Amino acid sequence: MQQFPAIPDSLKIKSGSGTHRQLVDNLIIVLFLFPALTLFLIFVAYPIFRSVYFSMFDWNGLGPAVDFVGLQNFKDILTDEVFLKAVKNVLLIIAFSIGAQLPLALALAVMVGRDLPGRAIFRTIFFMPYILSEINVAIMWMLLYNPDPDRGLLNAIAVHFRGGPIGWLSDPKLVLFSVFIALTWKYFGFHMLLYLAGLQNIPLEFEEASRIDGANSVQNFFYITLPLLGSTIKTSVYLSVLGSIQQFIMVWIMTKGGPVNASETLATYMYRFGFVRFKLGYGSAVAIYMFILCLIFSLIYQRLTRQPDYLTGL
Amino acid sequence: MPKSPLIPRRARKFLQRFIQYLIFFIVAAIIFTPLVILVFGSLKTTGEMYSHPYTIPSPPHWENLRGILSTLTFWRLMRNSVILMVATTGGVVFICGLAAFVFARLEFRAKGWLINLFTLGLMFPINVAILPVYFVLRQLNEMGIHLIDSLVGVILVQIAFNISGNTMILRGFFTAIPVELQDASYIDGCNNFDFFWRIMLPLAKPALAAVAALTMIVSWNDLLVPLVVLNSERLWTLPLGTMQFQGQYGQDLALVSAFVALSSIPTIIFYIFAERQIVSGLTAGAIKG
Repeated sequence: MQQFPAIPDSLKIKSGSGTHRQLVDNLIIVLFLFPALTLFLIFVAYPIFRSVYFSMFDWNGLGPAVDFVGLQNFKDILTDEVFLKAVKNVLLIIAFSIGAQLPLALALAVMVGRDLPGRAIFRTIFFMPYILSEINVAIMWMLLYNPDPDRGLLNAIAVHFRGGPIGWLSDPKLVLFSVFIALTWKYFGFHMLLYLAGLQNIPLEFEEASRIDGANSVQNFFYITLPLLGSTIKTSVYLSVLGSIQQFIMVWIMTKGGPVNASETLATYMYRFGFVRFKLGYGSAVAIYMFILCLIFSLIYQRLTRQPDYLTGL
Repeated sequence: MPKSPLIPRRARKFLQRFIQYLIFFIVAAIIFTPLVILVFGSLKTTGEMYSHPYTIPSPPHWENLRGILSTLTFWRLMRNSVILMVATTGGVVFICGLAAFVFARLEFRAKGWLINLFTLGLMFPINVAILPVYFVLRQLNEMGIHLIDSLVGVILVQIAFNISGNTMILRGFFTAIPVELQDASYIDGCNNFDFFWRIMLPLAKPALAAVAALTMIVSWNDLLVPLVVLNSERLWTLPLGTMQFQGQYGQDLALVSAFVALSSIPTIIFYIFAERQIVSGLTAGAIKG
């Protein structure tokens, strides 16, 4: 601070170390990015190209892929009723999620609010299912859905009120709904958490001001809270849709996509062809369709919001 | 403004609170029901599970739990899962920490392009990528790099698919640390590596903990990658073992309950201790600001 004569020296050192600094920076860039980039290129980026290649073959995985079929796999998929059923089911799950799961999460988040005594405990409880493994949650719900009313709680209730058991996981009309209930049980807490964080960012003054202006809590919610929560809601919808497109383990464990493909999703469809029937070329084509679907949806989302929250981190 | 002056303000407040708590207790009950049924089931004999499946187990039978805990298999599953979790988490924190620092603090020509590339990874989640990844593992196998049926293979794939999201999360945290600190460290003669090592990392500890906690959960719960990559029973992880156990003893609901309850306990204990980190990691990943 007080060494005035030192200033020219420090300037000199600075310019002298400038190239040194540049060298260090370049080294940092190369060395720090190397591990991430290597793993990413080998296991995330390259597989995309690899599967584009295999998607043009009729290949059972034994020996090299030689049976070139061009775009036939892509055409076959689009005319397969089971695939269309899977697309329809994914769209239904998305619709259920946006129509029921997210509003439930939002309602609970608004109710937990800022100052409710015990809010931390409720948050902990509501969020707990999210951290349990999918396989364990699937098995828990299979216990509840057990077709035998002497063993499955939900059917015991059904017998009590309706006089007969319900085929939660065996009735093709009901199975997707049953799976969705289990998915909601597991995932609504995550969305509630997002909304709670979003609510925390809304300045308290806004609500106070509107209250002073005579707004009741319903008006407050629709004219103040909801619009200000817009970007959080968009993020939550985005993550929910991406999650629905790739939903796999819970469905596979609970129903294997059945009965008669009634709960088939895109991921179970791909897994069946890739790892059960060993039609690897066909399975690759399904994977590419799913990737394109995720990509198109993300691009639309970014275009619509102009603020890709999740993508920019903070 | 009070809508109905007939009801006193305090009474209205009380009523509102009452309804709030009522709804919360109903939701909490719905959340606990599957868990309670599971715990009850795990404390019953198979016979009791048939005669009265949803009652409180009295007296509790610890045989199933003790039986599972005394098998070598359960502990081997546990050990494999712990190995995976530790290695994947360490790898993700290390690799993403380095990459995020570069993306947050240094300028270079290909930066924007690389960030876009990593962002693209978010649109190619492992559930979609599993078959393509399997092709690459097979190809590496043919080249003499044996990642199929090896824990290293699972670890590398898990790390690779957690890079995009976690790098973005950490980049956000790193960007939020004031530039003044970087300038000050320059003046004190630090280069960017010193700045990263001595200033950024200590300050980013909460962020690194959040990323670590998230990755631990993801790796511990992962079933798909071990399912596709591992064949040998000695390498199976807890979720994979649970799946096989359910397939094998599916009819014995008491035994399956005991197994699932035991394999859930580590997760719940971890959650109770690391809730803050998990929550801050998830919200940082998803919410701007």
